[in-house]
Amino acid sequence: MSKYYQPEIETMPQEELRKLQSERLVAQVKHVYNDLPYYRNLMDEKGVKPEDIHGVEDLHKLPFLSKADLRNCYPEGMRAVPKSECVRIHSTSGTTGKRVMAFYTQHDIDLWDDCCARAIVAAGGDKEDVLQVAYGYGLFTGGMGLHGGGHKVGCLTLPMSSGNTDRQIQFMQDLGSTILCCTPSYAAYIGETLKERGISPDEIQLKAGIFGAEAWSDEMRHDIEKALGIKAYDIYGLTELSGPGVSFECEEQTGMHVNEDHFIAEIIDPETGEVLPDGEQGELVFTAITKEAFPVMRYRTRDICVLHRGKCSCGRTFVKMGRPRGRTDDMLIIRGVNVFPSQIETVLISLGYSSNYQIVVDRVNNTDTFDVNVEMKPEQFSDTVRHITRYEKELVEAMRSMLGISPKVHLVTPKSIARSEGKAVRVIDKRKI
Amino acid sequence: MVKTIDQLSIFVENKAGSLVQIADVIGASGVDIRAMSLADTADFGILRLIVDRPEPALEALRENGCIVSVTKVIAVEISDTPGSLSKVLALLAEHEIFIEYSYAFISRKKGNAYVIFRLQDNEKAAALLAENGIAVADKDDLDLC
Repeated sequence: MSKYYQPEIETMPQEELRKLQSERLVAQVKHVYNDLPYYRNLMDEKGVKPEDIHGVEDLHKLPFLSKADLRNCYPEGMRAVPKSECVRIHSTSGTTGKRVMAFYTQHDIDLWDDCCARAIVAAGGDKEDVLQVAYGYGLFTGGMGLHGGGHKVGCLTLPMSSGNTDRQIQFMQDLGSTILCCTPSYAAYIGETLKERGISPDEIQLKAGIFGAEAWSDEMRHDIEKALGIKAYDIYGLTELSGPGVSFECEEQTGMHVNEDHFIAEIIDPETGEVLPDGEQGELVFTAITKEAFPVMRYRTRDICVLHRGKCSCGRTFVKMGRPRGRTDDMLIIRGVNVFPSQIETVLISLGYSSNYQIVVDRVNNTDTFDVNVEMKPEQFSDTVRHITRYEKELVEAMRSMLGISPKVHLVTPKSIARSEGKAVRVIDKRKI
Repeated sequence: MVKTIDQLSIFVENKAGSLVQIADVIGASGVDIRAMSLADTADFGILRLIVDRPEPALEALRENGCIVSVTKVIAVEISDTPGSLSKVLALLAEHEIFIEYSYAFISRKKGNAYVIFRLQDNEKAAALLAENGIAVADKDDLDLC
C-alpha cells in the first residue's frame, strides 16, 4: 500500500512542479484564446496576448473570471471543445442566480477522478477499502467525483447518494464500509443516528471520512471523529473547477494540498485584485491548467483563506490552503453568528431535500428570530404528527451542528415556495436595525 | 381479511385559507365528508377525513398540489351505552396495542356510533376485537354512500 496515489507528481520538487505548471499554463492560454471567444475578448480588452504568458510568473497579467462571467456564459459559452468531445455535464444548484453548467471531456473526467483518488489514498484508502459515497449523485459533483476516485483506487464503491440514513447505516454494517464520503453535516447526522440506535463506533468498520462541500469547524471535526470512530479528512472543490478534489487533506490535517499539477492557486486582495504573498489571507483564485472542455482561468472563488507553502510531514510538495472561512457575499449575521445561506442549502441537499428553501429573519424583543421553510418530500408525509415532527427535528439538529445556532424549521407543501426565473429570494430579512 | 376503512390524510400548512382550499377541492369533486379530525401542531396540521368516495377526492387533491395519503383505519361499532368505549380501550391497552389517534362519528342511516382507530397493528387488533365480540365495520357496514 502506497502513501500516495501518484507519488512522482505528489512529491515532485517544487521547482519542477513550477516548471510543469508553467508549461501547462502556456499551452492552456493558447487553447483558451483560440477556443473560448468569451475569454479571448477579456484578454483583448486587457491587451494580453497568449505570447505574453511565458510561465506562472505571468499569470497575474491574465484577466479574472467571476461567477457572474460564468453565469453570463450559461449554458454553453464556456465550453471550449466541440460538444461531440464532451461526455458529461455537472451543474451548480443555481439558487443564488443562474446555474453554472460545466462540461467535461473523457480526459477531464480521468484527471478529476485522479484528483479524488489522491484524496482517498491520502485518507489511507487502497483497493481493500469499502468506500461509501453518501454525497448526492446527479448534477451535483460530490457523488460522481468521489465515486470516480474510488474506482481509480480500486475500492469497492457504494453509490449510496445522500439521505435514507437507515439504509446508509445498514450498508455500513452489512458491507463493512471503511471510508465514508459525504458532507460534514451529514456525517455528524449519521453519527448521531448511530448513537440513537445504540450502535457504538466499535461495531462499525469505518476508519476514515472524506468530508467537504460545505464550511465546517475543527469542533465539528472532533465531534464527527469521536462519533464515528474515524479520522476525518477535509476535501475542497467546486463545480466550476471540476468538483471535489481540487485540494485534499493528508494525515497531518493542517490544510488541504492543492493538486497543483492541475490547478494554480493564488490569493488576491478582494478589493484591489492584487496578488498577495503566501501566508496572507485573501480571496482564493484558481486557474485550471489541464482542463479541456471547461478551462476556467483565474476564477475568483469568493472563498476567503490562506495559502501555506513549505515542507509537509506527509512528503507532498503541493501548496496547502486553509479551510475557507466562507464566501464573501451573501452572509447573514443572526444572533451574532455568521450564517451563509449556502450552508442551509448544503444541509438540505445532504438530507435529500429540495434546495428551494426560504430563510426568514426578524427581530422580536431585541432577539433575532431565525426560521427556515423547507419543502417536504412527498414520501415523508405520514398521517401521524410525530413522524413529521421527527423530520423537522432532524433538520434542526443538522442545521444546528452546521451553523452553531438552531433555526425553527417549518416543513411546507412541495413546490409551495415561490420559484423565480432570476435571482431567487432565499432570504427575507425583516429586521429593521 | 381485516375490515378497514380508507381514511384520507392531508397535510395542512399553518396559514390562513389552507383548510378552505382543501374543502373547496373536495366539494368541487362532488365527494361528501362523513367524518373529520384535525391534528394540529405549532407549524402544521393533519386533516383526517372519512368520505363517501375516497378515490375522486384523492385524485382532485393531488391535482391541486396537496400532499395526501390513504391510511387504513379501523372503525369499531360502539353501542350507545355507558362504559362501552371503555371496554374497547381496556382491551386494546391490555394487549399493548397502541393507539396513534382516534375520533368518532355517528352514522345517520344506522344510528350507530363508530370510533375510528389508527393502530399500530390492524390485524392483531381486528382479531382481538372479534374474539371479544366487538364489531368492526367496513365501508359497506358504515353505509358511507
